[in-house]
Amino acid sequence: MSFDASSARGDLILTRITKEYGDFKAVDDLSLTIAKGSFFALLGPSGCGKTTTLRMIAGLEEPTVGSIHLGETDITTTKPYQRPINTVFQNYALFPHLTIFENIAFGLRRRGIKDVDAQVNKVLNLVELPHLAGRKPTQLSGGQQQRIALARAIVNRPALLLLDEPLGALDLKLRRQMQIELKWIQKEVGLTFVHVTHDQEEAMTMADTIAVMNEGQIEQMGSPAELYDNPKTAFVANFLGQSNLIKGTISGNDGDSIVADLYGQKISLPKHRSHAVDNSIYAGIRPEKFRISLLNTPVSGNVLGGGHIEDVSYIGVSTQYQVAMPWGQELIVFEQNDDGVAPFKKGDAVNISWEPVFTFALRGDEDVTAGSEVNPEVLDEE
Amino acid sequence: MGKIRTPYLLLLPGFLFLFTFFILPIVNLAQTSTQTPIAGGDTGQYEQTLRFANYLDAFLENREQFGRSFLYALIATVLALMISYPLAYAIAFKSGKYKNFLLVLVVAPFFTSFLLRTVAWKQILGEEGFVVPTLRTIGIISESTTLTSTAFAVVMGMTYNFLPFMTLPLYASIDRIDPRTLEASGDLYANAFTTFRKVTLPLSMPGVVAGTLLTFIPAAGDYVNAAILGSPNTKMIGNVIESRYFKIVDYPTAAALSFTLMAAILILVTLYIRKAGTEELV
Repeated sequence: MSFDASSARGDLILTRITKEYGDFKAVDDLSLTIAKGSFFALLGPSGCGKTTTLRMIAGLEEPTVGSIHLGETDITTTKPYQRPINTVFQNYALFPHLTIFENIAFGLRRRGIKDVDAQVNKVLNLVELPHLAGRKPTQLSGGQQQRIALARAIVNRPALLLLDEPLGALDLKLRRQMQIELKWIQKEVGLTFVHVTHDQEEAMTMADTIAVMNEGQIEQMGSPAELYDNPKTAFVANFLGQSNLIKGTISGNDGDSIVADLYGQKISLPKHRSHAVDNSIYAGIRPEKFRISLLNTPVSGNVLGGGHIEDVSYIGVSTQYQVAMPWGQELIVFEQNDDGVAPFKKGDAVNISWEPVFTFALRGDEDVTAGSEVNPEVLDEE
Repeated sequence: MGKIRTPYLLLLPGFLFLFTFFILPIVNLAQTSTQTPIAGGDTGQYEQTLRFANYLDAFLENREQFGRSFLYALIATVLALMISYPLAYAIAFKSGKYKNFLLVLVVAPFFTSFLLRTVAWKQILGEEGFVVPTLRTIGIISESTTLTSTAFAVVMGMTYNFLPFMTLPLYASIDRIDPRTLEASGDLYANAFTTFRKVTLPLSMPGVVAGTLLTFIPAAGDYVNAAILGSPNTKMIGNVIESRYFKIVDYPTAAALSFTLMAAILILVTLYIRKAGTEELV
């Protein structure tokens, strides 16, 4: 059954969505609510089901099980052309036989809107390309095509705008610039944006809320800061930035804190930052939260001793160290180059310390390599 | 110096071939077209008298066959387009791993002779074939109606024989369409029919133009289908040229008819391409 849902408005609600291709579950029992007016990112490596989820929202695929609502309206089986949802496709999918003006006017003309000229010119000004109205898509650069694809979608003022790796084909500098522009345009037009990407930096820069997807399910959802500061799983800890995960055991309680034993050395961490289910944990610390000090220097907070510098990489704004610990693990440490102190040298014997509030704890039975082997820079054609 | 000459040397074989087998015959044909019989000479002996009235005589005498040629070719082209478009679309977008196999099937008829395939149609449409009895049983044609030696048979034969010339360019054109542009059209409020009219068809126009030309031009000059599947009432201009040349040995009229046919096709094709190049044909 399909019907015209073009006037539906409100939050997007996915309820227990599963999509199977033969024996393969691309999306597995996924539930999700995306608030009206928010900038939402679906982040994950290739094959995690994020594009399939987006295509089901667009109506290009139908879920095997589950329902999709836009506000009060059930749009699970509604045809794409009857949904108030528009998509900015990966590689843009502009109509090569039409001018830029007609590409943007396409959706308006199909709906029989009257003042096509005025509306098209308005969005052409918004994306700052009014002089290209008469050109064909092949005469435009990648960045210009990207903006036209965006203009072609937002001119329809959809309840929901879907962006499928929209910046994937652009070079790094242009991508950064477009990230800021997209964010600005979203604020300007006040539409709900759902952005699919494998680029964690892109998701963190732009989105209000990020859902990290892995193997058809949502690993964790929250603001960029929440996900980065307090990841719940090793996959999230590794996929968003880098993490040092150290095996340990919970040995005691101290008010709001937990005391843990990491290879014989005691540390503490806030209770609410522990996602462990029993005494076995992985203590997680982001590399920039660590401080390095020579053996005779006084230190505060959590301290792990007995390390020595294994490798030093100077990156300008910071210096990256690899510190070999007595139990055989190498920890990564980023130090800002802001104190005029000469960097440590290879072979220096050091202590590592950090503030207990920056520690998070994961379940001890996690696969610590999860999410770290996927290379987020590889552009996939899911 | 040698570097400059090389491209011309490479062109030389092609030029010599075309000169011998295209330019010379055309010039020869042009000369023949204005000749008249030698007074008192034998059959087939002609002399150059620059009689351009040959063209007018040849045309006026065969107006009917000219008209029939273009009409049959037009119907066959339209039928071939209607059959080929869905076929090419399905092969390009829906055939999956069978794509190459299906393309081979499209070309497979070329593995046997054009003549044999046309003769086969005579049997398909004959009294012993399955088509005529079936159509009689369900009452579409009367007991006395036959299909062989009719205009219907000629047009069917032409449609069949030129079908791959329509299908292959259409396929090449449709296969190049990015399926995401079709998804984008659906995303932008166009239903399936509007998507076809506004996106698929315009993007496949190069294939439509190439396919219709490759079908129409040889079909207009064809005489094999009319000779094998038709009757004296379905004679096309190709049949007239053939009989003038080989049976009546009237070279000037045959040559004049050939040039008239070429000119007519050239004019029609030019008008068609002009129209197709500037706007949508459909």
